[in-house]
Amino acid sequence: MGNLLTIAIGSAFISNVVLSQFLGICPFLGVSKKVKTALGMGSAVVFVITLASAVATIIYRFVLAPLQITYLQTIVFILVIAALVQFVEMFLKKSMKGLYQALGVYLPLITTNCAVLGVALTNVQKGYAMEPAFSDAILKSVVNGFAVAFGFLISITIMAGLRESMEYNNIPKALRGMPHVLLTAGLMAIAFFGFSGLK
Amino acid sequence: MNGIVIAIATVGGVGLFIGIFLGVFGRYFKVETDPREEAVLDALPGNNCGGCGYPGCSGLAAAIAKGEAPVNGCPVGGAQVAATIGEIMGVEAGESVRMTAFVKCAGTCDKTQSKYEYYGTQDCRMMSFVPDGGAKACAYGCLGFGSCVQVCQFDAIRILDGVASVDAELCKACGKCVETCPRNLIELIPYSAHTAVACSSHDKGPAVMKVCSAGCIGCGLCAKVCESSAITVTDALAHIDQNLCTGCMSCVEKCPKGAITARQ
Repeated sequence: MGNLLTIAIGSAFISNVVLSQFLGICPFLGVSKKVKTALGMGSAVVFVITLASAVATIIYRFVLAPLQITYLQTIVFILVIAALVQFVEMFLKKSMKGLYQALGVYLPLITTNCAVLGVALTNVQKGYAMEPAFSDAILKSVVNGFAVAFGFLISITIMAGLRESMEYNNIPKALRGMPHVLLTAGLMAIAFFGFSGLK
Repeated sequence: MNGIVIAIATVGGVGLFIGIFLGVFGRYFKVETDPREEAVLDALPGNNCGGCGYPGCSGLAAAIAKGEAPVNGCPVGGAQVAATIGEIMGVEAGESVRMTAFVKCAGTCDKTQSKYEYYGTQDCRMMSFVPDGGAKACAYGCLGFGSCVQVCQFDAIRILDGVASVDAELCKACGKCVETCPRNLIELIPYSAHTAVACSSHDKGPAVMKVCSAGCIGCGLCAKVCESSAITVTDALAHIDQNLCTGCMSCVEKCPKGAITARQ
């Protein structure tokens, strides 16, 4: 249990997916104009990453590892994640119309989000996928996936909050728009660096 | 050689499995949609401006297909789009008047003054936080920072000489600027309107004259000369009823301040 907590805190804060690993920057900069949309994107990411890390672990453990073709993990994971998102979208459209509309366009957008692939690969890299017991492997991968996605949700929401409150600031002309957002992201990354002391 | 075969077979197999799986589930999870909804969506302009009050064009298309919204619900498309949609839905489009936005202020830089030099955020909506509601001498006039220009999706508004001005040809009457203007200066009037009062000041005559040389002083001369009694003066501001106006232009000629604009 303590082990899982270490994984969770480590993935969500210490090595935050956006601010210390620099994955998933595209939605982090693109969809962080309003807190509401940022929350929508963040929760869609949580949903997809948690699911994808479980599926990717199963595929790795039962298909790639026994056949000794683990070098194909990247391409297979991309394939599986794209299909998974497609399937989840169809499923939600049919049976959970409310959630489908709430997630909206963000759900298909996540297919191309490198954070999802990143989590699947980290699960393999850190050895969570090949834990001796299958239940351990799934549990650790899912907890890691959820924590990473939660870290994404936190950072994109903070970013959106900052951008909302700075919207009417009088910013020097050269820094208006993206430059100022990138500077903000950099300062946030420095702030999150403080979490590395938690280790 | 063996490795290549296994790799190809695995990736191909995964791809095939996913393809079949998604194909089967795609059929199983198919959501029935009204085919008219697609057709209506195609007919709409696709600006997603929200001028109709629905979230984007797809929202309006769904509402029209369900019969919740009128076929001429799109203010941007006008009569032509309404007719196309009416054909799809099998109902008569009815008549819709082309509207255009009009800025009820003519207080350009040479006609009015500033109370002080303002350096700060260039946004009209900030002016409620600024001393005296902004630097413009007239408390009703256009602030000229162009919040309306920013929200206009059709590039129809320009700030000319410190006052917003709408290009009636480009304006689609979506109403975004009307909502945005913190001083409520923008109004939708018929595109064919002959005259319009280019002032929003409810101040009494002397107070208006002090701050602006183009403001309506509420003298009532226009109301007297109007042959169709389309003009009423309330709270020291003339108002033209566009349904009654015949376009005789006598008010434009008579107005001592030039506050009534001839539009055609």
